[in-house]
Amino acid sequence: MILVQLVTDGLLVGAVYALLSSGLTLIWGMMNVVNFAHGDFVMLAMYVAFIAVTTLAIGPALFVPLAALVLFGVGVVVYYALIRNVMRGPMLAQILSTFGLGLVLRYAMFWVFSANFVSLPDTLVGGVLSVDGLRLQYSRLLAGVVALLLTAALHLMLTRTALGSRLLAVAEDRTAAMLVGIRPDPMQALAWGIGAACAGVAGALIALFFYISPLVGDSLVLIAFVTVCLGGFGSVPGALFAGLAIGVIESLSSWFIGAAWKDVVVYGLFLLALWVRPQGLLGKS
Amino acid sequence: MPVTRRTVLALPVLAAPAILGAREAFAAPSAVKIGAVYPLTGPMASAGDSSRAGIELLIDLINTPHPELAPIPLMAEAGLPRLGGAKVEIVYTDGQNSPAVAQSDALRLITQDHVVALNGAYQSGNTLTASAVAERYGIPFVNGESVAANLTERGYKWFFRTTPIGPDIAALYLDFLASVGKTGVKVAKVAVVHDTSEYGVSVANTIKQVAASRQTPIAMDVSYTVSTSDVSAQVLKLKQAAPDAVIFISYTSDAILYMKTMQAQGYKPPILIGDDSGFSDPSFIKAVGNLSQGVLDRSAFDGSKPGSNAAKIDALYRKKTGRALDDTTGRSMTGMLVLCDAIDRAGSTEPEKIRAALSATNLTPAQLFMGYKGVKFDAKGQNVLASALMVQLDGTDYRSVWPAAQAAAKLVLPFKGWS
Repeated sequence: MILVQLVTDGLLVGAVYALLSSGLTLIWGMMNVVNFAHGDFVMLAMYVAFIAVTTLAIGPALFVPLAALVLFGVGVVVYYALIRNVMRGPMLAQILSTFGLGLVLRYAMFWVFSANFVSLPDTLVGGVLSVDGLRLQYSRLLAGVVALLLTAALHLMLTRTALGSRLLAVAEDRTAAMLVGIRPDPMQALAWGIGAACAGVAGALIALFFYISPLVGDSLVLIAFVTVCLGGFGSVPGALFAGLAIGVIESLSSWFIGAAWKDVVVYGLFLLALWVRPQGLLGKS
Repeated sequence: MPVTRRTVLALPVLAAPAILGAREAFAAPSAVKIGAVYPLTGPMASAGDSSRAGIELLIDLINTPHPELAPIPLMAEAGLPRLGGAKVEIVYTDGQNSPAVAQSDALRLITQDHVVALNGAYQSGNTLTASAVAERYGIPFVNGESVAANLTERGYKWFFRTTPIGPDIAALYLDFLASVGKTGVKVAKVAVVHDTSEYGVSVANTIKQVAASRQTPIAMDVSYTVSTSDVSAQVLKLKQAAPDAVIFISYTSDAILYMKTMQAQGYKPPILIGDDSGFSDPSFIKAVGNLSQGVLDRSAFDGSKPGSNAAKIDALYRKKTGRALDDTTGRSMTGMLVLCDAIDRAGSTEPEKIRAALSATNLTPAQLFMGYKGVKFDAKGQNVLASALMVQLDGTDYRSVWPAAQAAAKLVLPFKGWS
């Protein structure tokens, strides 16, 4: 029984990791840019949810789309204002610019909200589903279900729609895409918008069961990078599987070895997995 | 004397000592600079901000006359009377959550800002490195809030600490549990949950050692890394083992996450003790106070007695920040107060004289606003009169509940948590 609870807890945490990773893997796969500000996008979304709940008194059915919309805007603006230019610079400039963007966002939030921790009321998506002694928090279930839907939607969009083909074409070869009449800038801005919107959905949902602070991205996002890497760069379903796997491994190793050691186990297995499959579980070599 | 070109040229040279001397006489009450290292950004920043607000209030009270607070040293007059009323000026630096940053902060404060003494640095790990720099330069360092026992076991000459520390705290918890046990409550099985920071590990180990020496060993030890993303497995473990009492040694973010996860898992230990730091952070109460009713905490601060020093300082702090003074902030302020008092008694900003004055510190409870039995340092620099009470969260305030003689409210068990 305890094993079932551990595995389900792990899967639910893993779904959160997958949720966190979806936007990251999209931007990574589309543009070969590592967005180090991703955790701070998630943090922004959590504050959007917090402001929406405290000032507009709206529920998750409204503030999750709202956060997605706000972050979509942030993503597009960031692309045109920053990324488009640094894409022409060396790799290091790309890395440091998103890193710097993250710091700006984080310390701007320190400025506005101070260092205090805040939290959404636990009654928004309260309650626990209890089956045979198995306890599942509704807020986490919601995050898990949305993670699955979001992954499916992103995957279908990329593989089954004309828009997806255009996005992939620009990612594959910018010049060739231009030759067949695709304007790369709007496509890449769209990729950033969608990627940031994914972070928006993730942040708003995670805010339901996590604390909110300007540094919260740090606690959450490192594992998202690992998830993306393990899943295969740019592979949306890969991020889902990797997220779930990491969640379950963390949960089991916390129980059997000790919580202080779970990172050792996760990162150890991660290195081993990359040694065997450097392209990630579902990545193309 | 004929006025020649030579005498005219010599005039300023002759006058120079007089002018410089006069300037010195005027400059006597120039500000006394003290360096303060606190975590102003990073995961511990909410606690660091509170400490900074508390110290700002304290310095303001020292620099302006407040006869109504007279029993507290330096309150009645403006500035430091024995230094000609010199004002105290604090240079704040941000130690973040990094012992390395705290170390370079201390170095900069000493070598560039030329502070006469240092105060801080909240996290035991940060205090460890910052005070090592002060020791090297022979600059007094007074710490008001770090509890890792080893800080005063290093044979340092320049390090002083006013807070109760690991062994005092361990004894407090175990005495409290033993006393509760006598009333028929089961306390046989005690679990300790702690992070793997300097603070978490040292306090947990001290509790385990003291418990073992009393033949009541701690039954369970759960550790985790600071600012972790998930604690479901740890809570499940506690739920499965069902200890009679759980002692959490956690910083704010993890304390909040534990309370949220415990509610999700429907787990309430019969007795829940949160060891100060995270649990006494005002933002902990704001974020999850409604899930944490009946949490026990240690505190040396009790502002509930009208007319007491504590109540007066609490009222001033509430006016400044809009929130109640918490234990950690009160302890930081006390560290700074003791340092300023020593500088005043030294009547000098010479490090050696300040150190001697610190060693000779002898403050009584009536001169303090924390519930210490006084401030008096042993040869290691530890305050031997430091002590604390058990307090319990009721609504949005902690009230003292044990020992009974100092209690402002009745102890309520088992832990209520949420409704």
